[in-house]
Amino acid sequence: MQRKTLLTTLLILALPLSAQAHRVWLLPAATVLSGDAPWVTFDAAVSNDVFYFNHHPLQPAAFTATAPDGSEIPLQNTHVGKHRGTFDLQLLQPGTYRVSMASSGLRARWEDENGERHFWPGRGETPAPGDFERKVPRDAKNLEVSRASRRVETWVTAGAPTDSALAPSGDGLEMHAHTHPNDLYSGETARFQFLIDGQPAEGTEVTLIPDGVRYRDSQEEMTFTADAEGFIAVTWPQAGRYWLEAEYQDDRAAAPATTRQGIYVVTLEVLPL
Amino acid sequence: MLRKTLAALLLGAAAINTAQAADASLTIDIPALQVAEYHRPYIAAWLMPEGGREVTNLALWYQMDDKREGEKWLKDLRQWWRRSGRSLEMPVDGFTGATRAPGEHRIALGDAFSGLGPGEYTLYVEASREVGGRELLRLPFSWPVTEAATLKARGDSELGSVVLELAP
Repeated sequence: MQRKTLLTTLLILALPLSAQAHRVWLLPAATVLSGDAPWVTFDAAVSNDVFYFNHHPLQPAAFTATAPDGSEIPLQNTHVGKHRGTFDLQLLQPGTYRVSMASSGLRARWEDENGERHFWPGRGETPAPGDFERKVPRDAKNLEVSRASRRVETWVTAGAPTDSALAPSGDGLEMHAHTHPNDLYSGETARFQFLIDGQPAEGTEVTLIPDGVRYRDSQEEMTFTADAEGFIAVTWPQAGRYWLEAEYQDDRAAAPATTRQGIYVVTLEVLPL
Repeated sequence: MLRKTLAALLLGAAAINTAQAADASLTIDIPALQVAEYHRPYIAAWLMPEGGREVTNLALWYQMDDKREGEKWLKDLRQWWRRSGRSLEMPVDGFTGATRAPGEHRIALGDAFSGLGPGEYTLYVEASREVGGRELLRLPFSWPVTEAATLKARGDSELGSVVLELAP
């Protein structure tokens, strides 16, 4: 567990936290499954083109799979290739499973007496407890400390959908799916609520991109802004897989941070009616 | 005299008719397809009340094998899977059976319809074929009926004619 946390932290810090960054995604081969203890395979990658593996893998070890009863289940047949990480899950229990990679922590930037900019943690650096106090000069010029969170996830369901795996953790930016994420159909409307540290994240900017960008001329992205209760309502224009990214920022961070930032990514599958 | 006997006979026939329970049957035509690789389709038939979610399953034909491997593809009957299948503990008794060959298949629905309250319903027939397509047909109807009624729908690809016969 310690190793996984460390690895996840490392991974997430290695990913730039900005909208201009490459897109991060976890793609299940299927989200709705039938039969006795079905298997499902996943691809995890970073690329500019949604759902095309052409840039960088995500490490399977950074992900955690949670069964409907709340237990953690093993990722099987893990492999890391040049452009994607892959793993399989066997869904022994009926119900909905969450597969996610999440982390949160402090970040800082400041200028020294020569006007040179500094960042903490540095690129590829894994912060140890106490590093913030040791490495960030609290009296530095233009010091900005933020609490940043990132979560990348998806859900898959064997049999009837269940709700236990949808419960928010209360940490960082999250999506609480009031419409079940494995019960999405074209032409229907889904309601999703964005939460920051468990509270409605008003103003969260949400982008949705349908699969298949290679075969069309535009991204065909849909954008939404979460309302005062953190909700967006999406009416699915067509069946297919969608990449959803949400971003949130405010100035109500717990000390020593002054700002909070959150990035949230989920892959959703919409079936035809 | 003759006239009276005839009238009595007619009356008797009417009496017998009302004594019978209302009846229904469904005939599903599975088309013979000229394709390189043919597998019999999975087929589900069910009905739902208008504006309601309650499902009455009428038929489910799928690959029933000892290892239960055929259940893996039940989700491809995607409308049925959403409305009913995913909430069932497989295998279920009563309406399931093996896949059927091309041709007409008649199912007696008397038992299923005898428990049906008066109202508006839709009967659904969904077919999904391995390395083939999927098709869903709908037949809206009112129940009970005051006179015999025959409702028909015709598929374009995976289903031929679907005929629902209702008797008062």
